[in-house]
Amino acid sequence: MRDATAIVGLGATPYYKRGMSAPQTLEELVGKTVLAAVQDSGLQVRDIDGFAYFAGGFDTALLVETLGIPEIRFSATLTGTGGGSAGAIGLAAAAIISGQADVVVCVGANQQGAQRFGAITSAYPATPENAFFSASGLVGPGHMFALLARRHMHLYGTTREDFAEVAMAIRANAVSNPNATLRQPLTREDYFKAPMLADPHCLYDFCLENDGAVAVIVTSAERARDLRQRPVRVLASHHGGGSDWGRSIYWMNMPDETFASSGHTMVARRLYAAAGVDPKDIDTAQIYDHFTSQVIMQLEDYGFCDKGEGGAFVRSGAIRREGGSLPINTDGGQLSCGYVWGMTHVREAVEQLRGTAVNQVPGAQLALVTGGPSVIPVSGLILAN
Amino acid sequence: MALARRPPPELFKLALNRWTQPFWEATRQHRLLLARCADCGHARMPPTPFCPRCQSQHLRWQELSGAATVYSFTVVERAIMPGMQDHLPYVPAVLSLAGADGARLISNVVDVELSAIRVDMPVQVVWDDVPDQQVAIPRFTRVPEHPVR
Repeated sequence: MRDATAIVGLGATPYYKRGMSAPQTLEELVGKTVLAAVQDSGLQVRDIDGFAYFAGGFDTALLVETLGIPEIRFSATLTGTGGGSAGAIGLAAAAIISGQADVVVCVGANQQGAQRFGAITSAYPATPENAFFSASGLVGPGHMFALLARRHMHLYGTTREDFAEVAMAIRANAVSNPNATLRQPLTREDYFKAPMLADPHCLYDFCLENDGAVAVIVTSAERARDLRQRPVRVLASHHGGGSDWGRSIYWMNMPDETFASSGHTMVARRLYAAAGVDPKDIDTAQIYDHFTSQVIMQLEDYGFCDKGEGGAFVRSGAIRREGGSLPINTDGGQLSCGYVWGMTHVREAVEQLRGTAVNQVPGAQLALVTGGPSVIPVSGLILAN
Repeated sequence: MALARRPPPELFKLALNRWTQPFWEATRQHRLLLARCADCGHARMPPTPFCPRCQSQHLRWQELSGAATVYSFTVVERAIMPGMQDHLPYVPAVLSLAGADGARLISNVVDVELSAIRVDMPVQVVWDDVPDQQVAIPRFTRVPEHPVR
């Protein structure tokens, strides 16, 4: 897969506050962002011949009818939920490398007018599996991941000060981003005054709940050379995970060494091997930040520090854009910029590698993107310019 | 100080298959059962159609004492959906079940001072009957430090 494909187009809607994208429909948001990505790439709508989705995906038949795409040769969705955002790019690359399609759109979108994601698990259907957690009142992912956070604190001495550092470092990037939802600086005092939603997670440990859509266009490296934008090379994308993680937050029977983690260890190892790079080579990382505690665990699982050292790593200032060794979530992340099921992270990595980011990391050549820690598959992506 | 309460009862949505039905039927008599592979003895929660270690479909049910330790917990102090307000605070928890080779159950710690709840704290099952479903929900509370005389 290394260097065989590239991201050549990028489109996004504004990041609306939850429910504020109406009266546009979800399909309309998707359509707008696909058209924006086509426009950005210099390709034509008729060039699109594939769709690669994650988290349930969208109705390709309706998109073809709506947008006037003449023929589709590839339409596939990674299983699982938000864990697939970085992996959908790999799905697109696989289609192109195997000759099944030439121009593949990856799109993610959410609209939370009817069901907020913060309480989404309470809306899950009654199943024999869900009956084993529904009574406990874990009505949203923030409740569930708080259990992992508590265990991490117990095992490794991670503190709320560490979570605060993640929230503040990422907010600092949103302050200077006109697209960001939350642009007020976040102080330590603000953090500790915030309401506790699911101890040890307070308000600022939770990501935003936005409406919005982001699309990218993937094509062959060869075709990418002749298009409008500087190609962003796909070095590697990998999705999967182990049985020791599995259904993770809906299961809670992960072995002790895996419980307080992001479930990304196996994916990270394969991703670096496929890309031919090490953690120290990464210039900026866009880490799926649904919760501050999971940023810390992903930093460990992606080898930026040892297991259990994530708290100390962020405490050192390493993830800050000003003076840090690994600037993360340089747009303000899902915590402060916008939440579109991880696709904002793909967008920001592309902007960084094009050199057009609002908060440009000087000389950024390699970017890591992670998909949401949740049920497997989880995924990762390494891009280069 | 606040006591850990119980989450809104309407959140519980029971669905059964033939692998989980014996677990829920036993709750009616306030018995806590663990699924073990009848061939290799591997414990699994929740019960599933295959043993992940040897792929056998044979199950045997072991009755547990109901003793457990708190593996992790969270304190929900703020309503994020309608109907939650009157039930706060409540404490979702992951419990390591005694006699279950480390198998865990997702449940709640109830009727304990919030400030006293700790990882590794010993707890004991208590049962909340759900008469219209003919089952009971296992929840967990503190083991008395001095036996009741």
